[in-house]
Amino acid sequence: MKTIVGLVALVSLVAAGETVAQMPAPVTAVQCEVQPELLTSESHLNRVTNAVRADKKLDVLIIGSLSSTLPGADGADRAYPARFAAAMRQRLPNETIVVGSEILPRVTAEDVAPRLAALVQKHHSVLAIWQTGTADALQSVSPDDFREALDEGIKNLQGAGVDVVLLNPQYSPRLETMISLGPYLDNMRVVAQQHDIPLFDRFAIMKHWSETGTFDLHGAVRGTEMAKNVHDCLGRALAAFVVDAAGLKASSGKFSDP
Amino acid sequence: MQPGAAVGRAPENVSTQNRFPVLLSIYERMTEPAVSLQSDAPRPATKAPAARSVVLPPAGRELRLDLFRGAALWLIFIGHLPPNVLTWLTIRNYGFSDATEIFIFISGYTAAFVYGRALTNQGMVIASARIFKRVWQIYVAHVFLFTIYLAEISYVASSFQNPLYAEEMGVLDFFKQPDVIIGQALLLKFRPVNMDVLPLYIMLMLFLPLILWMMVRRPDMTLLASVALYAITWEMEWNLPAYPSGTWFFNPLAWQLLFVFGAWCAMGGAYRMEGLLRSRITLTICFAYLLFALYVTLSWYIPHSGHVLPRFIEAWMYPISKTDLDVLRFAHFLALAAVTVHFLPRDWAGLSSPWLQPLIRCGQHSLEIFCLGVFLAFAGHFILVEFSGGAWMHFFVSLAGVVIMSAAAWVFSWYKRATSKMPTRPDGLDTGADLTGGG
Repeated sequence: MKTIVGLVALVSLVAAGETVAQMPAPVTAVQCEVQPELLTSESHLNRVTNAVRADKKLDVLIIGSLSSTLPGADGADRAYPARFAAAMRQRLPNETIVVGSEILPRVTAEDVAPRLAALVQKHHSVLAIWQTGTADALQSVSPDDFREALDEGIKNLQGAGVDVVLLNPQYSPRLETMISLGPYLDNMRVVAQQHDIPLFDRFAIMKHWSETGTFDLHGAVRGTEMAKNVHDCLGRALAAFVVDAAGLKASSGKFSDP
Repeated sequence: MQPGAAVGRAPENVSTQNRFPVLLSIYERMTEPAVSLQSDAPRPATKAPAARSVVLPPAGRELRLDLFRGAALWLIFIGHLPPNVLTWLTIRNYGFSDATEIFIFISGYTAAFVYGRALTNQGMVIASARIFKRVWQIYVAHVFLFTIYLAEISYVASSFQNPLYAEEMGVLDFFKQPDVIIGQALLLKFRPVNMDVLPLYIMLMLFLPLILWMMVRRPDMTLLASVALYAITWEMEWNLPAYPSGTWFFNPLAWQLLFVFGAWCAMGGAYRMEGLLRSRITLTICFAYLLFALYVTLSWYIPHSGHVLPRFIEAWMYPISKTDLDVLRFAHFLALAAVTVHFLPRDWAGLSSPWLQPLIRCGQHSLEIFCLGVFLAFAGHFILVEFSGGAWMHFFVSLAGVVIMSAAAWVFSWYKRATSKMPTRPDGLDTGADLTGGG
């Protein structure tokens, strides 16, 4: 049943997406506020600052699972990695921004940790944004193992000479009773603090949107429109967060006017 | 506040002022020779001095245990709901330990109280049989809750499609093989969200006959053995396997420490610790530690308070494992218990206040109320999701849950009172079943 619905949605999106895919997706005017404290970090992205100031160039790699993507033909353009790239270019118009992504579905932190260094070297990245936790929660990996894997992954990334941002799982009110995210969210927060690296709190941001009614994350939405808007907002928020953590703009707290 | 420190406490601190209620009578009965099964076992080395019989604890049940177990049940229920205003009432926001510690400790205490008496009065075989009957009840309750969970997840699988959550919907894949998932649930290896406490309780109760058997002979050695098992578990990283991967969320090999410590307190340990508990130094240390825990915990919730502790202390402290009952959590519970016992004496007038009766009643029927709480948390989630509740709806659902739990506890109490007026069984076998948290 799920497969059929998914396939139908996919086919219809491919059909509908043909025209849209020609032009770059516009930055939508969706209003989505984020609490200012979730857009700043105490930890600094020094390599990002140097790369932008000295080389006028920033290579970012987003490593994640399926929740860093959207289905459909234009999914890649509308998912948050692409929206993040667009927002970064708007914020830093004089610099070259390259955003790559490595999507590894159903891969736990433990599986991906040893591969991280090779991935950032392949992409010549300065900044790695590591989205993780969901696959581990789904497979109920032991929280201790998860923490050790995070630790190893961050060390590998830092050893490869890149700045690291952790990005935590999505908030999903409907599935809250089925997926126990708590230990994974906590461990990501603790490990980020231990390594003094910024944590982009996607969970808290989406939770706030759900509570304030910005997005109805409860509903059984079959179309992808809301998902695209959520990803657009996430991408912009992530750009604001990175710019702030790299200390690149004084007024970086302003998220709505990139 | 290591339990080992308490063990070494000499019993000469016994005073006639019995502020900390302990089941000395049981302790004495256990050291009496007239126990059938004990006759061929080595006699306890220490016979109770005659002077001890002067300080028998007051008869009747210990309402403070019921009160705090009731409170733990309410807090566990609130903790299982999505966070809302009432979540700020839960103690996990103010320190390292939380309601689970209270629940397991009191369960150990009352289980030893009730089944320890059964052991001395009826012998090992009958006592064990009664314990296993209880284990079976808890197991059935767990399976019942799992059935409700299955119904809920099946409903979501058939009604919820959102491309945003394509990855998260993967959780439903497990249910494509009902034979595997139900089998694993019956083996207690697959445990849905919020259903980790009962499997822990089942494992602890399963080993209660052994614990009691050791406890009546060598209480201090039993506690030491428990501490040793805890230490080895930490050292060797032992745990039980879970499905689809990982380990038990509450590691029984670590959490047994709290359960055995509860049992040890019931078997006279608390009584012997009385001097320690009344000392100002203890109280000061406890307060200092509680304040420290409060300070650290608040730093997690108040964003950007930064590093509140020197790095090396943080590196040593974190992570504070709930799975393996971190020693910081255990110590926090001990401090909390010591302070509570100090300021709430057994004869505290508040215990008869009508305002606290709902809590006490819930604590007196803990298994039923616990299961009801898990069910209500499911139902509350369902209502909040289906009707997209705001903050007020959240608050209302939490409050309604607490009211329903209290009402149910009242009905259970009424039923028990009503049936106890009927002609009683001559063997009196069923007395005290509710003390362990249900009938």
